[in-house]
Amino acid sequence: MSETHAQTVTYVRDSMLPPAPPPVGERGAVKWLRENLFSSPLNIALTVLGVLIVWWLVSASLPWWLNSVWNASSLGQCREIVAASAGEGATGACWAMVRERWHQFIFGFYPPSEWWRPVLAFGLLFAALAPVLFAGQKRNLTLILGGVLAYLVVTLYLAGAPGVAFALSLLLVAGLLVVAQVAPGRLLWFTLIFPALCFWLLWGGSIWSPIVAMAGFGVLYAVFRFGSPFIGLAPAAGAGVVAAALWWLYIDHAIADRLQAALPFAIEAVRSDLFGGFLLAIVIGVTGIAFSLPIGILLALGRQSDMLIVKTLSVGFIEFIRGVPLITLLFTASLLLQYFLPPGTNFDIILRVIILVTFFAAAYLAEVIRGGLAALPRGQYEAADALGLDYWRAQRLIILPQALKISIPSIVSTFIGLFKDTTLVAFVGLMDPLKGVTQIVRADINWKGIYWEPYIFVGAIFFVICFGMSRYSMYLERKLKTDHR
Amino acid sequence: MKKSVFFGAFAATALVSGMALAGTLDDVKARGELICGSNTGLTGFGAPDASGNWTGFDVDLCRAIAAVVLGDATKVKFLPTTGETRFTALQSGEVDVLVRNSTWTYSRDTELALDFVAVNYYDGQGFMVKKDLGVSSAKELDGATVCIQTGTTTELNLADFFKQNNISYQPVTVQDDSEAQRQYLAGACDAYTTDASGLAASRATMPDAENHIILPEIISKEPLGPVVRHGDSQWADVVRWTYYALLIAEEKGITSANVNEVAASSTDEEVKRLLGVSGDMGAKLGIGNDAFKNAIAAVGNYGEIFARNIGEGTTINLARGLNALWTQGGLQYAPPFR
Repeated sequence: MSETHAQTVTYVRDSMLPPAPPPVGERGAVKWLRENLFSSPLNIALTVLGVLIVWWLVSASLPWWLNSVWNASSLGQCREIVAASAGEGATGACWAMVRERWHQFIFGFYPPSEWWRPVLAFGLLFAALAPVLFAGQKRNLTLILGGVLAYLVVTLYLAGAPGVAFALSLLLVAGLLVVAQVAPGRLLWFTLIFPALCFWLLWGGSIWSPIVAMAGFGVLYAVFRFGSPFIGLAPAAGAGVVAAALWWLYIDHAIADRLQAALPFAIEAVRSDLFGGFLLAIVIGVTGIAFSLPIGILLALGRQSDMLIVKTLSVGFIEFIRGVPLITLLFTASLLLQYFLPPGTNFDIILRVIILVTFFAAAYLAEVIRGGLAALPRGQYEAADALGLDYWRAQRLIILPQALKISIPSIVSTFIGLFKDTTLVAFVGLMDPLKGVTQIVRADINWKGIYWEPYIFVGAIFFVICFGMSRYSMYLERKLKTDHR
Repeated sequence: MKKSVFFGAFAATALVSGMALAGTLDDVKARGELICGSNTGLTGFGAPDASGNWTGFDVDLCRAIAAVVLGDATKVKFLPTTGETRFTALQSGEVDVLVRNSTWTYSRDTELALDFVAVNYYDGQGFMVKKDLGVSSAKELDGATVCIQTGTTTELNLADFFKQNNISYQPVTVQDDSEAQRQYLAGACDAYTTDASGLAASRATMPDAENHIILPEIISKEPLGPVVRHGDSQWADVVRWTYYALLIAEEKGITSANVNEVAASSTDEEVKRLLGVSGDMGAKLGIGNDAFKNAIAAVGNYGEIFARNIGEGTTINLARGLNALWTQGGLQYAPPFR
């Protein structure tokens, strides 16, 4: 091309000029600043204002952070150290309080010699969650289980776990790792037995009581399985529940006691009033989350049901629980229930609180999931009918997977809300990390007058946990995204 | 698991809910442990330390009761109760006795069906101001902003006081003591008002304690003491006389250090009865004869408890004042032990 033109049209350039860089105002940081911060008089004003506010915040709080004291035995000593290092009148954070009392923020009054038990339970919680969170993904499962293994090696060593427990737990996680390579689906079995294991680790006592209690579910399943061909699904399920209830009421204790007498194996029992701090928050939060989701799904389905009694009960339950503040329910759990119980019964306060927190979250979840169900096009229901699926199969295979997917952000919001609401148990005298433990720390004459430090410490831990939940929900949304919007 | 307890409890509810509570004394003995309703944390009066052991002025009274009933001052379970839950926790039987800075008032004694069995601390509401405010009496606080905790009797006392003296004030309501202290130090209010013991504890921990004074006026009566359920006189007697035993011990100079020696050598008949050396006094109450001796050996007499937790020499540094023995011009007076 250029050959011919070179001869005929002499003023036509035959080679490309190298591209000139854009003008200074149109590239790099300057362009970004111009477009984002100084694009109009209003934006200029807002930018200046924003910078001033940030400057003011930083200049007010930075010295406080920089003058942090980590080694002191009282607030007064902290102040002396700050005054000595930064001059009279300077302020500084006194993290020495966290250093001295961190264990109460984490474990409450849980006996120090048994700290390895909640630590182990916390690690195994992730091992139990992994197959649920990352079903069948070998790589992620291996990563998580490997992380749990590393975590346990370090923390169990630090917490001074007895050698046998140390070896057994590492063996257990290593076994799970192997299972994850061979048959990832089987890991769900560990998730199923984890609640009993966790209960036993945290509260201690005879190993037979959780085992025999779990056997109640076995009874339920057996009755359901062998009964359903003869009397139909629903009656068999009902009979199973009755049989399991009878098991727990009358047979459970006797068998557990006999087994304990025959093959005694127990660890030190820890009473509920020793639980506190994040141990308490996580126990209530995780149990509430785990149980409220299935209950919430059932309630949402019940509310849409055509059966009058089921529908009325579901609506009544949801509206009643949602219409009452959580604190009222907590007061009911802590005070009112005690009036109805026979004198002398000690029905564990943490259990009472967990039950009502679970109900509370379940009522909210039911409405969230109902929103998801309502968002599904009518055609999906009709398609399920057209395929000849019965109600439960249609729900399980077609309706719920879509409805739950739609509701993921709201479900996780509810979970995060539930987890943060666990701090409200302070109002019934339980040692939650935010108010309960902070208050006893402040009641110590050495730390009286400390204000921001406990809040910041507790707030940071809450943030990490809630942020983790939020990131996971975003990951899940991306993974399950099947539409092409 | 606990599920069985849950179902069992509900099943049994219908059957036994009408049954009256058995005697608390027998319950405690059968349980082998005293459940004491305590504060969620109040400096000097009751709070767990770094290793989880409860200490404090009120806590020691709980320990004394445990020593009297069970012979062991460590057999106490402290159940933290909040301002809202404390009385209901007692009524519903969740705690055996409430030793938690509760003011004895007419309506609490009558309407709530509680029995205040003694006054272990005579408190009163006071004011703290900054020295450079130049105020020496609460009556000069005209137009001042006052930090006050919401929902307490102190709020009503404050209103009464200013109305009676025909002066005005502006309340700055706060949620709890730590917030009040923060607001006061930040200058959000000129004066901070709460129980005088609380003011002393707050002042003791301020960075510039010497710049703050507690005004001389005490504008209310706050008799604080142990509370039991109405209608269980035997248990009320146990709690009341445990407390009186500690007072008598101080009056007679019996301390935790010399109690055994005094029991062996004393010729004072009242002391001998108190320590179970002569007479059969414990049996009248359904407890051991050496019960009070155990209590004194475990926690010391009233004066020792006061000095150890809140008295002069501690950081809180409270004077005995109204809480001195009657022989030293105070109000603490025990009936004769015979």
